[in-house]
This record gives sequence, structure tokens and C-alpha cells, in this order.
Amino acid sequence: MPAAGRRVTGVSCADPLQGLNRAMQNQSLTQKLANPTRFMDLSGRLLPWLAWGSTSIIAAALYLAFFVAPPDYQQGHTVKIMFIHVPSAWLAMMAYALIAASSFGLLVFRHPLADVSAKAAAPIGAAFTLLALVTGSLWGKPMWGAYWVWDARLTSVLMLFFLYLGLMALRSSMEDEALAAKLTAVLALVGVVLLPIIKFSVDWWNTLHQPSTGLTSTVHTSIRTPLLVSAVGFSLLFFAMHLKGMRNEVLRRRVKALRLAEVERAQGAGGGRVAAPAE
Amino acid sequence: MDLGPHAVFIVASYLGAAAVLAALIGWLVLDGRRQARALEELEARGVRRRSRGG
Repeated sequence: MPAAGRRVTGVSCADPLQGLNRAMQNQSLTQKLANPTRFMDLSGRLLPWLAWGSTSIIAAALYLAFFVAPPDYQQGHTVKIMFIHVPSAWLAMMAYALIAASSFGLLVFRHPLADVSAKAAAPIGAAFTLLALVTGSLWGKPMWGAYWVWDARLTSVLMLFFLYLGLMALRSSMEDEALAAKLTAVLALVGVVLLPIIKFSVDWWNTLHQPSTGLTSTVHTSIRTPLLVSAVGFSLLFFAMHLKGMRNEVLRRRVKALRLAEVERAQGAGGGRVAAPAE
Repeated sequence: MDLGPHAVFIVASYLGAAAVLAALIGWLVLDGRRQARALEELEARGVRRRSRGG
């Protein structure tokens, strides 16, 4: 056997256990997280910090929004809707980008947690997209005089919402989970073309929706600060919910594996017949 | 607090956001408890994966 064949990621295997330990130490973060048990351990420790951090920051954002931020010179107090609309819209797109990256990770690298991540992010992304649409609509009525217009930005975000629903529907329509994961990943990667369309729709077409103001633009600090604080709080909340969703999915897969093992053991013990679960 | 003539739209936005996020968090917490309970029940019955339980 050539020398390279006796090595595990560049570590000599004279002592197999020592070599394995060294190889595990040399793993990248994504490789370390490929182990669901290690992921559950790490995420279990991180989740309370994310949950409490997001709660505190959102509470601070609410205080800034209702007790510090002045009414806008054009929008009046209606600008307060922006403090939830803008973070929701940003997270609607970020969640989809995360699903697309996870789908890529599944199809190309076959990362064991990639599909778990994509599956967990879909309902959360759909919820934030719905929030962006609803709060935008509630802002549009007093400002534009209409709840809805078939504007390029609004329409493309509506398409993103339907895409989220499509991803969830496609996954749940198949019993074969591995096939469902692959097909959903392909659809997610095809749908990623929608992200630049949403982002640049206000530049490419003449839309009623205003162009992106950006975080370093002329928005006054008294409005920009609560907006930024709210965006950070909502983002932390998203990551907390995503981690929780991933943990739930890992548990669901363990439950499924154990039930399958139980049935197989019962079939083996009963000569092919399905017996009652073992004591 | 005076939210001006469009107060109803502002309040509806915040209540809607709170309702959607509360529903999502509630679903995640309940789903997690359900899966953890199912796993505990299976492990209490002595069910092990093939690699460990043989």
C-alpha cells in the first residue's frame, strides 16, 4: 500500500486511535458540525444565548421605536412600520440564500446537516416573507393609498413567498425523504435567480417601491439606529429559530431511525412478522 | 402615546408581527418537546440503533 494510503488527512496511522484523534482535530468547522451529536451539543449551548440576546435586542429596538425615534418628516409615525418591515424583508431573502447554500452543500458535498438546515429554514423564511408582505401592505395603504400594487418589487417578493410554499409542498409530497431532499434542493437552486431580481427590481424597472436606501445613506441617525438595532435583533431571532428547527429535525430523524430499527428487530425476532415492541 | 392618524396601521403591523413570530416560536418549542418525548419513550423501551444495539 502506498504511503498516502496509510494516512488519514495527512496523519500517519502508526497508532490508529492517535491518528484518528489528530485527524478530528484538523477538521474544519463544517466537518466537525457534520456529526449530528456534536451539532446537538454545540447548538444546545448556543441556543439560550441567541434566544436571550435576540429578546433583549428586540426589546431595546421596541423602546427606541416607540419612545426615542421621532416621526418622519414625510411619513409621520408610520415610519415605525419600517422597523419591522425592513428586517423582515432582509431576512426573507437571507433565509432563501441560506436554503440555497444548504442545498448546494447537500447536492455537491453531501453534508449530513445541509438538508436539515434547508428544511428548517423554509418555514421561518416563509414567515418572514409573509411579514414583509403584510407590513409593507399596511404601510402602503396610508402612504400610497393602496394595500397592493403589481409593482416589480412587491410582485417578486410575492413570488418568493410562493416559492417557499412550493419548497415545503414538494418536500412533504414525497415519502422517500432522500429523493425529496434532492428534488427540493434542485428547486431551491433554480429559484435562487429570484434573489437578484428582488434586489435589483427597483433599479431595473420603474417601481412605486422606493429604491434601496442602504444603511449608510441619508436616513437620519434617529431613524437609522432603531432600524439597525431591530435588524440585529430580528437576525439573532432568525438564527435562534433556525437552530431550534435544525435540532428538532435531528431529533425527528433519530426517532424515525429508532422506530425503523424497532420494526426490523421485531421482524427478525418474529420470523418476518411484525411483533409488539421489545421491552 | 399618540401615533397619529395612521395608528391603526402601525398597531396592526406590530400585532401581526408578534402573532406570526409567537406562532412560529410556539410551533418550534412544541415540536421539539414532541420529538424529545418520542425519543425518550423509544430509548426507555430499550430500542437502539443497529450500530449500537446490534
